[in-house]
Amino acid sequence: MNALDVTLWAVAPYVALTIFVLGHVWRYRYDKFGWTTRSSQMYESRLLRIGSPLFHFGILVVLLGHVGGLVIPKSWTEAVGVGEHAYHLAAVVLGTVAGLCTVAGLAILIYRRRTVGPVFTATTRNDKLMYALLALTIALGLAATVVANVIGGGYDYRTTISPWFRSVFYLQPKGDWMAGAPILFRLHALSAMVLFAVWPFTRLVHMLTAPVGYLTRPYIVYRSRDDRAGSRPPRRGWEPAGRP
Amino acid sequence: MRVMAQLAMVMNLDKCIGCHTCSVTCKQAWTNRAGTEYVWFNNVETRPGQGYPRTYQDQDKWKGGWELNRRGRLRLRAGGRLKKLLTIFANPLMPSIGDYYEPWTYDYDRLFSAPVTEDTPVARPRSLITGEPTKIKWSANWDDDLAGAPELAPADPVLRKLSDQVKLEFEQAFMFYLPRICEHCLNPSCVASCPSGAMYKRSEDGIVLVDQDRCRGWRMCVTGCPYKKVYFNHRTGKAEKCTFCYPRVEVGIPTVCSETCVGRLRYIGLVLYDADRVAEAASTPDEKALYEAQKSVMLDPRDPEVIAAARASGIPEDWLEAAANSPIHKLIFDYGVALPLHPEYRTMPMVWYIPPLSPMVDVLRETGHDGERAGNLFGAIDALRIPVGYLAELFSAGDPEPVRAVLRRLAAMRSYMRGINLAGERDESIPAAVGLKGDQIEEMYRLLAIAPYGERYVIPKAHAEEGARLEELATGCSLDYDGGPGMGGPFGEASGPPAPVAVENFHALRERQVADDLDRADELRGRVNLLNWDGKGTPDGLFPKRKDKS
Repeated sequence: MNALDVTLWAVAPYVALTIFVLGHVWRYRYDKFGWTTRSSQMYESRLLRIGSPLFHFGILVVLLGHVGGLVIPKSWTEAVGVGEHAYHLAAVVLGTVAGLCTVAGLAILIYRRRTVGPVFTATTRNDKLMYALLALTIALGLAATVVANVIGGGYDYRTTISPWFRSVFYLQPKGDWMAGAPILFRLHALSAMVLFAVWPFTRLVHMLTAPVGYLTRPYIVYRSRDDRAGSRPPRRGWEPAGRP
Repeated sequence: MRVMAQLAMVMNLDKCIGCHTCSVTCKQAWTNRAGTEYVWFNNVETRPGQGYPRTYQDQDKWKGGWELNRRGRLRLRAGGRLKKLLTIFANPLMPSIGDYYEPWTYDYDRLFSAPVTEDTPVARPRSLITGEPTKIKWSANWDDDLAGAPELAPADPVLRKLSDQVKLEFEQAFMFYLPRICEHCLNPSCVASCPSGAMYKRSEDGIVLVDQDRCRGWRMCVTGCPYKKVYFNHRTGKAEKCTFCYPRVEVGIPTVCSETCVGRLRYIGLVLYDADRVAEAASTPDEKALYEAQKSVMLDPRDPEVIAAARASGIPEDWLEAAANSPIHKLIFDYGVALPLHPEYRTMPMVWYIPPLSPMVDVLRETGHDGERAGNLFGAIDALRIPVGYLAELFSAGDPEPVRAVLRRLAAMRSYMRGINLAGERDESIPAAVGLKGDQIEEMYRLLAIAPYGERYVIPKAHAEEGARLEELATGCSLDYDGGPGMGGPFGEASGPPAPVAVENFHALRERQVADDLDRADELRGRVNLLNWDGKGTPDGLFPKRKDKS
């Protein structure tokens, strides 16, 4: 394993993760007001109504697929009787369908963003960078799957990439497992790391506040004005006198 | 019984001249910002007309408010929690900018920069959404004063509920203005629709607000509100709505729309209600019974039992006193002339209206009758099916009886007071015919016609003992202007914690507004900047001058 591999597969993941976590903490503390989806539905909804659900539901399935493929060890799935072939079939079929939905949705959304005047005007440079990274990551991921399974004879990433992914979280990064993976998988992982590093500073933050609590909270919310009467607690050094 | 206090408003439609002063001053105060160009927290619509946004009252289309499910329980019309989350990626029921209108400005610079030619330069309209030259096709009050009514008014959802024959006559018969703000409902469907839990009803005064820090821009509140009074700021990606001018009412001064109303038609006061009974009342099966159901939730502030329960729930004494003197309670209960707007949406709205009698008077006068005689007016109210039907669709879910009862009382007031003023006689048969007493009619006349400031607005101050904490701190960055280097994403104007509302300014404003003499205005100019004060002596203006002892 050379120095480049160490940098890419044993150092960069921690840099990306650190920025991801601390970035979100910082953003949440400093910029709650900017924490929004910044929806453009007001300007245009015909294309959005097709593209957005297609993309979002697609990417949610893709996310679940990544959890299944990267987080759950091969030995576990085999222990419950899901063999390599069955897993592979399910992963490829589900992954391809979800991947194609995601790509199609993203294509519609990007087309919409570029061609619909008001939507394009409301697009910041930050958004453009985010879109480029997101599209690149998704394209590389789909390409890796397609190339490995359709053109090649299939690649069992669960013996190389997945253990590497988990080893990062055990704090014993096994970079050499990743260094041997096909180039498209490595590029996909690299692009994802960059995406995770810019994530907290883009509109992607809305993912972390997906409103699942809505399912259980009471419909009508009451709040006392005393909690936060249009203000926040005084900053350090600005506490009023006569108060311990 | 869980007693809660609610700040409520009543608008007397007879006095509205459709001048839009309330809308304009509200816009200047609250929505003159990028992203809210199309937003009017207060708007005035001509009725019959399509309203703003267009046809918002058509709940078959927009699905705002609540409905009863098969088991008779309340359910959001646009769908329950799961459906909301499943449609979160593209809300199918959200109005587009075209349903409101595309805001615009003019190319004013052309007037100065155009070269000298024979033709006068023209400032062309430019869309504030795209920045491109645009054609102005609609606005928040495009059909003002029935402009284009033959074409536009038939699309009025309220009118469409009446029969065809009624429609035609109606368009010839009468028109009135309907000023609208957020209803600050007791059972707010916008709050219930918010997936993030960012919207809330303040437990002290019932004002419905959006927590800008918690709003994530899912846009479900816009759909949930049947009055379409929650707006999406397309620049910041957050929901915004009428705040009942909370920084003003907290220090006891009326909202901007009320303060500037030239017709003096708005009333603000407290209402006490039983929060435990709201859901039950809102699920009343018969839509036409909802008006009475909502009245039954509101409590009598002079009832000792209610007062004891209110004290138990921590409502301060001065608030109880304000509730007892509330013009809102008088108009709804003592005089029985105020009605809620669209009770059939089951949100229990808290901005009520006194329906207009003047259209009836006009019709009578045009047909050569004495439009102010009690007998004629009572007859007209019973006979003029169309205006009453239309008002009933607005204010009592289509039941004409409450509207008739209100109009009769207003008619009785007119002719009784005319008798006093012209003939000097009190015809007690007139008030008796509408179930009131002569002195009640005179009190009502005082409140409705003379409408003294102190009686129109009975607003208790919020208990802001921590007020000092809220004082303005210079937290803004001078580079954060629109389009400036500080703009965009987590780093610009739309970033960082919001600057606190300067309560001190509002206190100063109140001082000025309730002062009897003009001189006091100068006094505020002499304030001292403490940063420049060397700490020696007490310069003029360091303390506000003492009010006169008298």
